[in-house]
Amino acid sequence: MAELAIALSGINKSFGPVHANRDINLEVQRGTIHGIIGENGAGKSTLMSILYGFYQADSGEIRVNGKPVSIKTPNDAIAAGIGMVHQHFMLVENFTVLENIILGAEGEPLLNKSIAKARSELARLEREYGLEVDPDALIEELPVGLQQRVEILKALYRGADILILDEPTGVLTPAEADHLFRILKQLKEQGKTVILITHKLREIMAITDNVSVMRQGTMVATRETKGTTVEELAELMVGRRVLLRVQKGEANPGEVKLSVRNLTVRDSRKVTMVDDVSFDIRAGEIVGIAGVAGNGQSELIEAIAGTRRAVSGTVMLDGKPIDVTGTADPGELRDRGLAHVPEDRHHVGLVLAFEEAENSILGYQDKPQYLNGPFLNLKAIEDDARAKIQAYDIRPTNPHLRTANFSGGNQQKIVLAREIEQDPGVLVVGQPTRGVDVGAIEFIHKRLIAMRDAGKAVLVISVELDEIRSLSDRILVMFAGRIVGERGPEATEGELGLLMAGVEHKEAAE
Amino acid sequence: MSAPFAKLPRWADYGLIPLINLFVAFIVAGLVVMLVGENPFRAAMILVEGAFGRGQNIAYTLYYATNFIFTGLAVAVAFHAGLFNIGGEGQAYIAGLGVAFVALSLDTVLPWYLTFPIAIVAAAGFGALWALIPAYLQAKRDSHVVITTIMFNYIAGSLMVYMLVDVIKPLGSMAPQTRPFEAGAQLPKLNWIIELFGAKIRSAPLNLSFILALIMAYLVWLLIWRTKLGYEIRTLGFSSKAARYAGISESRIIIITMLISGALAGMMALNPTMGDQHNVSLDFVSQAGFVGIAVALMGRSHPAGIIPAAILFGALYQGGAELAFEMPNISRDMIVIIQGLVILFAGALEHMFRPTIQTLFASLSPRSVGLAAAKKEGA
Repeated sequence: MAELAIALSGINKSFGPVHANRDINLEVQRGTIHGIIGENGAGKSTLMSILYGFYQADSGEIRVNGKPVSIKTPNDAIAAGIGMVHQHFMLVENFTVLENIILGAEGEPLLNKSIAKARSELARLEREYGLEVDPDALIEELPVGLQQRVEILKALYRGADILILDEPTGVLTPAEADHLFRILKQLKEQGKTVILITHKLREIMAITDNVSVMRQGTMVATRETKGTTVEELAELMVGRRVLLRVQKGEANPGEVKLSVRNLTVRDSRKVTMVDDVSFDIRAGEIVGIAGVAGNGQSELIEAIAGTRRAVSGTVMLDGKPIDVTGTADPGELRDRGLAHVPEDRHHVGLVLAFEEAENSILGYQDKPQYLNGPFLNLKAIEDDARAKIQAYDIRPTNPHLRTANFSGGNQQKIVLAREIEQDPGVLVVGQPTRGVDVGAIEFIHKRLIAMRDAGKAVLVISVELDEIRSLSDRILVMFAGRIVGERGPEATEGELGLLMAGVEHKEAAE
Repeated sequence: MSAPFAKLPRWADYGLIPLINLFVAFIVAGLVVMLVGENPFRAAMILVEGAFGRGQNIAYTLYYATNFIFTGLAVAVAFHAGLFNIGGEGQAYIAGLGVAFVALSLDTVLPWYLTFPIAIVAAAGFGALWALIPAYLQAKRDSHVVITTIMFNYIAGSLMVYMLVDVIKPLGSMAPQTRPFEAGAQLPKLNWIIELFGAKIRSAPLNLSFILALIMAYLVWLLIWRTKLGYEIRTLGFSSKAARYAGISESRIIIITMLISGALAGMMALNPTMGDQHNVSLDFVSQAGFVGIAVALMGRSHPAGIIPAAILFGALYQGGAELAFEMPNISRDMIVIIQGLVILFAGALEHMFRPTIQTLFASLSPRSVGLAAAKKEGA
């Protein structure tokens, strides 16, 4: 079987009591793009970390190009011809492309020679694979798509024959993702092997030759991509049938609940992140804001929810102003019926070290029903938490367990339950399903639509275009801090993608 | 999947790990004792005998522990809000001034049981006041509380020298201290409690402040884990972003927490002044403020850990003094080295053995780690 680039057999890995990989067998044929798909926590990253030498398997065998190898460190992996492009780039921001590429592979104390060598090598790689990037540009000045290209070049420079990409499209616009896929196809044609880890079914269908599905630490199936369907893969991932697109009826928009006018927000470096933004949200509708991460969506909802100061502009809640440039306080806004599910549940929406029950009152700790004078009413808090655990199917069901021990999807449910059950008139949600498994996504979407149908105004931002399209009654697209377009839910992905990349915006400006 | 965060059962967390740390500290300390040519086992015997051997020694140990409970609680309360109050030393020292004012003006007028509550309020008030300025600077001007509280220790030191030498010292006295307190400002001793168990005590300084310290430990527990304020303090301590999101005012919590912390440190002043010396003298705090940091670290900022940790350090103080007396090769400085090793292993290197122990526990009994169930159900 010489044409197998990677053959894993019987891989087991436990972290203490958690059996993260259980008897994994995987065969990746040389010169193919092989997708590995699974929910968060299914063990994909663990498996790849074993292959790349971050962890060592408790048992099992790794064969690369037919030969058994022992991979103890990433250096062993590189020596075996395996390269990895991480989800979060491992680049030094204030180094040039060239400096980053030779980092760790300098070869000798003086850099002149190795830089010259790298420069010519880079030119060759560019020619062969169409990976153009200016070798002297500083990383921090490059857009994300190009930074990723540098990561790929880094791997190729080290002689990688087998390239592992971990969730590579999470930070890319649709256009950038398409470009990445073209590069990957080119690499394949040149005989390289690509392993693509993702949870996006569409990408698997678009680019891979074969796909392996993981669930709860086991490899449940390997399929030829041509011979499978999105529905089958989703079912394999979750272990039951899932609705990929939530069912919802017509929206019945009522009066304006939240009105944003000329809102401008700067970040801590005084860079304008939200630039003169205006829009309205009505009762009974979901408005989605699409955009590539970093185009001001986060700052926009933070300003509306009172966790970040705006520079200028007005926001009206139920016809009365919120002092967004001055004293707006999340506590005050909650009292006025504006609830906020923040993007970053680990540091903002939850205190991970707290018990689940303690988190289920975060932000509502002033409510009299949770207090006995200056003391917490522990009984009431626990009863309340148990009711939410029941209603939102939060697991495990123990309200005294530390929140850090809950999975991403259940943590998000804790936040949602807390905010929704206070019955707010306006719900602002950042990344409702980031890092949430497929089964919980369906649940969360249904809840948001139920909010809408109960006559609440819902504002959603998400980097997942699919999510925006399936949830929203109206879609606003943000680019470079401005709202560059409004579309209905029937807008195509291509159309939104162009807006998100600022194409129409630039043309209008010229 | 990231490496899971294993949680140890409580008894291992609060009992086993500190014991292992302590054990290692004593092994290293034993090596030091060997280096100076003494028998480490005999030294350990003398230390333990000196701290707990007779009722007299136990009373002394608990007297020192009283100081450390107060300062340890002070550091712990601030810890919970994410603040590192290194100023316990200065706060306690300045609180001595409050005690002096109350004691000197009331000791001939009121009985001790009326002076005591007023002195508690004065000590707590002066300590809190001394913490207020760094707290305000942190809350409003973002000046780091570690820096300002350290600096305030020096200011407190100089101020007290001035007050004791130039203002409060009785005319004609050579010693930089107040006049002796009369009976109205002398706290009753608690040695009789130990005598109940059959020990004989000639004289030892253990006094009513010890009970006050235990009450404060309970109140701190109540504050941190049972009140809304404590909830807000802990939220801020874990994540200032989460606190902002929850509508908790960061500056308000910083100031309140530091006031409480300063007040607890301030109450430490009662023990040596009204409880033992019956005056306020130069350097009466003698490093208890700093030992409080180690006590809080070792006690994991929990009153139930702080009390035993304070008793341990009290034992090191008392037993160490005996050791220096019995073994001429072991000087007072050697005792400081041993205490330093305990601080190093129990405080600064608190997490050194934790990963190993977690792995051990996980492989021995997955259930006890409380993780298997969580992951399985939560997937």
